[in-house]
Amino acid sequence: MFRYLLSRLLTFLPTFFGVTIISFAFIRMLPGDPIIVMAGERGVSEERYAELIQQFGFDQPIWRQYLDYLGGVVQGDLGQSFVTKKPVWDEFFALFPATLELSICAMIFAVALGLPAGVIAAVNRGKLFDRTLMSTALVGYSMPIFWWALLLIIVFSGMLGITPVSGRISLLYYFDNPSGFMLWDALVSDQKGAFWSALHHLILPTIVLGTIPLAVIARQTRSAMLEVLSEDYIRTARAKGLAPGRVNGVHALRNALIPVITVIGLSVGTLLAGAILTETIFSWPGIGKWMVDSIFRRDYPVVQGGLLLIAVMVMIVNLTVDVLYGLINPKIRKR
Amino acid sequence: MNLRYQIATGLVLTALMGGAASAKTLVYCSEGSPEGFDPALYTSGTTFDASEHTIYDKLVLFETGTTNVIPGLAESWESSEDGLEYTFNLRKGVKFHSNDQFTPSRDFNADDVIFSFERQGKADNPYNQVSGGTWEYFNGMSMPDLIKEIVKVDDYTVKFVLNRPEAPMISNLAMGFASIMSKEYADAMLAAGTPEMVNQAPIGTGPFSFVAYQKDAVVRYKANADYWRGASPIDDLVFAITPDASVRYQKLKAGECHVMPYPNPADIEAMKADPDVNMLEQEGLNVGYLAYNTKVAPFDNTNVRKALNMAIDKQAIIDVVFQGSGQAAKNPIPPTIWSYNDAIEDDKYDPEAAKAALEAEGVTDLNMKVWAMPVQRPYNPNARRMAELIQADMAKVGVNVEIVSYEWGEYLDRSKAEDRDGAVLLGWTGDNGDPDNFLAVLLGCDGVGGSNRAQWCNDEFEALIQKAKVVSDPAERTRLYEEAQVVFKREAPWATIAHSVVFMPVSPKVTGYKVHPLGGHIFYGVDIAE
Repeated sequence: MFRYLLSRLLTFLPTFFGVTIISFAFIRMLPGDPIIVMAGERGVSEERYAELIQQFGFDQPIWRQYLDYLGGVVQGDLGQSFVTKKPVWDEFFALFPATLELSICAMIFAVALGLPAGVIAAVNRGKLFDRTLMSTALVGYSMPIFWWALLLIIVFSGMLGITPVSGRISLLYYFDNPSGFMLWDALVSDQKGAFWSALHHLILPTIVLGTIPLAVIARQTRSAMLEVLSEDYIRTARAKGLAPGRVNGVHALRNALIPVITVIGLSVGTLLAGAILTETIFSWPGIGKWMVDSIFRRDYPVVQGGLLLIAVMVMIVNLTVDVLYGLINPKIRKR
Repeated sequence: MNLRYQIATGLVLTALMGGAASAKTLVYCSEGSPEGFDPALYTSGTTFDASEHTIYDKLVLFETGTTNVIPGLAESWESSEDGLEYTFNLRKGVKFHSNDQFTPSRDFNADDVIFSFERQGKADNPYNQVSGGTWEYFNGMSMPDLIKEIVKVDDYTVKFVLNRPEAPMISNLAMGFASIMSKEYADAMLAAGTPEMVNQAPIGTGPFSFVAYQKDAVVRYKANADYWRGASPIDDLVFAITPDASVRYQKLKAGECHVMPYPNPADIEAMKADPDVNMLEQEGLNVGYLAYNTKVAPFDNTNVRKALNMAIDKQAIIDVVFQGSGQAAKNPIPPTIWSYNDAIEDDKYDPEAAKAALEAEGVTDLNMKVWAMPVQRPYNPNARRMAELIQADMAKVGVNVEIVSYEWGEYLDRSKAEDRDGAVLLGWTGDNGDPDNFLAVLLGCDGVGGSNRAQWCNDEFEALIQKAKVVSDPAERTRLYEEAQVVFKREAPWATIAHSVVFMPVSPKVTGYKVHPLGGHIFYGVDIAE
C-alpha cells in the first residue's frame, strides 16, 4: 500500500510543474494587458504606462518572469493581486472554505440521492420508475445552471418565500468566522438560530450545484449495477437463495461502486466549474467568482495562483480516489 | 467580548424582540466587492461607494443629488486673483472614528489634509508605496503637475499653491481621491508595522464608521454618532454583495435589501409596475458617442461627417439598445452639467438628405468600419446591437459598414491610434461634474493619440476650452463652454448618440434616497419607515 501511494505521489511532480507553466502561459496569451484594462476609458499616459510596466515586472523577459514566479511558488509565495494588493494565498484561503462547504454539501446531496436512485432504477430496469428517473436525470444533466438557479429562486424564494434569495447566513447574525465554514462557525457561536439560518441558506445553492453530479451519479450507478447484475456470481448468489436485498445491496453494489467512485472523483472538477455560476448567482463568497473576476481584470498573480491551488486540490482528490479503489478492490493496489 | 460582537448580539436580540427599540439597519445590495477602502488607491465606483461616500469626507463635497460643490471639512475657501492659490479654512471639532487598534487623541486638522495629499504626490512619504499605491486618479487628474505645494498656514488653515490656474480645481477636490485620512492613525499603523491597515480597517470622519468586511459577502458599517453634519437616521448600514442583477431584484422583493443599483434594462418596466419597488430615476452624467477618425479621408471632411450623422436613427437606438433608459444626445456633455447648450439643434435624422450630401462631396460606395465595444456600460448597454443598427442605417444611404471588435484592453489601446481605420463606439462618465472633464479630456488637442478618439484638434475649440480652464468667473466659463459646443456641433467630430438614464429601485420603506448624478450611492440622510 505504501509503495502504491508513493508511486502515485511521484506522478504529482510533473503535473504540478506542468500546471505552473500552463497557468502562467495561458493568462498571458489572452490579449489585453492588465494596466490598460485597469485604466479603462480613462487611459494612462505613456510615461505612466512605462513606470507601471516596470513596477509589475513586465519589462523582464518572459522566461525571467516565469522563473521569478516559480521561485516564489517553491517558497510558498504566490505573489500579490494587482487589484487588491493582497497576497494571493490569503485571498484564496479566505474564500476557499465557502466553496468547499458548498461543494461538500452538493456532493453529499448528489451521492445520497444518486446512488439509491441508480440502484433502484437498475433493479427495476425498463419499468416506469427506471424510465422516469433516467429521463429526469438527462434533463438535470442538460439544464443550464444559471437558468435552473434563477427558476428555483423565483419559485422558492420569490413566490413561496420559504428559502432566502442569496448569501450564506441572515445579515442579522454576525460573529467571527475563523474557520471559514459557516455551518461550523454558526454552530459553535452562541447565537441562537445561526446554524439553522446557515443551513437554510445552503438549500438552494446545494441543489443547483448538486444537480449535474446527481444526474451523472444516478446514470453511472444504474449502468454499473446493470453490468454487475448480469454477472455469473450474482446469479450464483441468487441461486443460493440469498435475500434480494443482500444480493443487490452488498454483492452487486460493492462491485458496481468502482466506476461510480471514479465518476464522483471526476465530478470535483465539474463542481468547481459549476461553482463559478452558482456562486455568482447566490452571492456565495467562494473562489469561483474570484477567479472569473480576476481573468477579466487580467490579474495575473491571482489567475496563476488560483489555478495552481485548484489543480493541486483536484490532484489530491484524484489521489484519494485512487487510494479508495485500493481499499475497495485489493486487486488494484497489487497491480 | 469585543465591541463588534456586542453590537451584533444587541442587534440580533433587538431584532428578535422586535418593537420600537430595534436598530434601524439599511441593507444595500451592492454589485461587487470593493477592492479596498482607501479611495485614492482605486478607480472603481464599487470601491468609492464602500469608502469615500461612507467612511470619508473631503474638503469640499458634492451636494447629494447634484454636481454643486458645498463646504465639507473646509468651512470656506478663497482663491487668489491670479488663480494660483486656494486657501481653505478648516472646520473645527471634527472627530475621526475609532476602532479596536486606534482611538484618536485629537480632532481633524491641517496635518491630516497635508498627509492625505502628500502620500499620493511625494515619493518620500512613507505611505507612497504602501498597498502598492499607484494613485491613478491623483495622476489622472494631473495633480502632480498642477500642485506646486500645500502649505500649512496654521492648524486650521491650508493653502494649495498651483503651477497654473485651473478653474476645475475645487470640483477636483470633491472627488474620492481627495478623501481626508487621519495622519495620527497612519502614523500609529506605521509604528506598529501594519501600514496596510489604513486601507483594510479604514478610519475617516464620514457619516458611517467601518465595522467589518468579508470579501464577496458583506461590508458592515455603523452610523457615526459624532458626525459633524448630524448623525444618520439609520443605525447600521450593510452592503450585501450581490453580483447578479436578477438576484438583486429578487432580494429587494423579498425584503432582504432596501436599495439596489444597476437593474437589468429588461426588468425596468416590470419594476416600475411592482408595488414592492419604488423606482427612482435620474439622467446619468455620461455620453455615448461614435468617434470618426478625423485624420483619415473621407472622414477628415466635415460635410461627410455631418452627412453620416444625419443617417443615424438615434431614436431607434434609444428604443432598442437602451430599452427606453436613455435619451438622444446632441452635445458632448450631458444636460445635467452646467453650461449645457440647449439652444443647439441636433443633426436631423434624414437618410435622403444624408445620401444627397454624400454624393455632393463625391463620396460613393463608401466602406467604413464601426468598432463595437465588447463590454457593457451605462452609456452603451449593448455596443454590438448599436453597431448593427448603425450598419443598417448606413446601408440606407449607400455606406457599407463592417463591424469590428476586440477584447476590451486591445480595444482601448488600438482605438487610440491616429491612423486607426474606422469610427469607434465609446463613451465617458464624468468624474467631477465640470465640463472641462468632458471637453478637454475627450476633444482637446492633448488627447489626440489618446483619449481623443476622434483625433480631432480644432484651434477655435481648443482656444475656448483652454481659456475656460483658467478663468474663474462661472458666468464667463459658461459662455465659453456654450460656444465650444457650437463649434463641436458645426465640426461634428462625433456622432453624439445617447446619455443614459440611471434607474435606482428602492424599497417603498426607504425615504430620503437621492440618485447621485456623479454615479455614487450615498446613504447619509436616508431613513427607513417602520
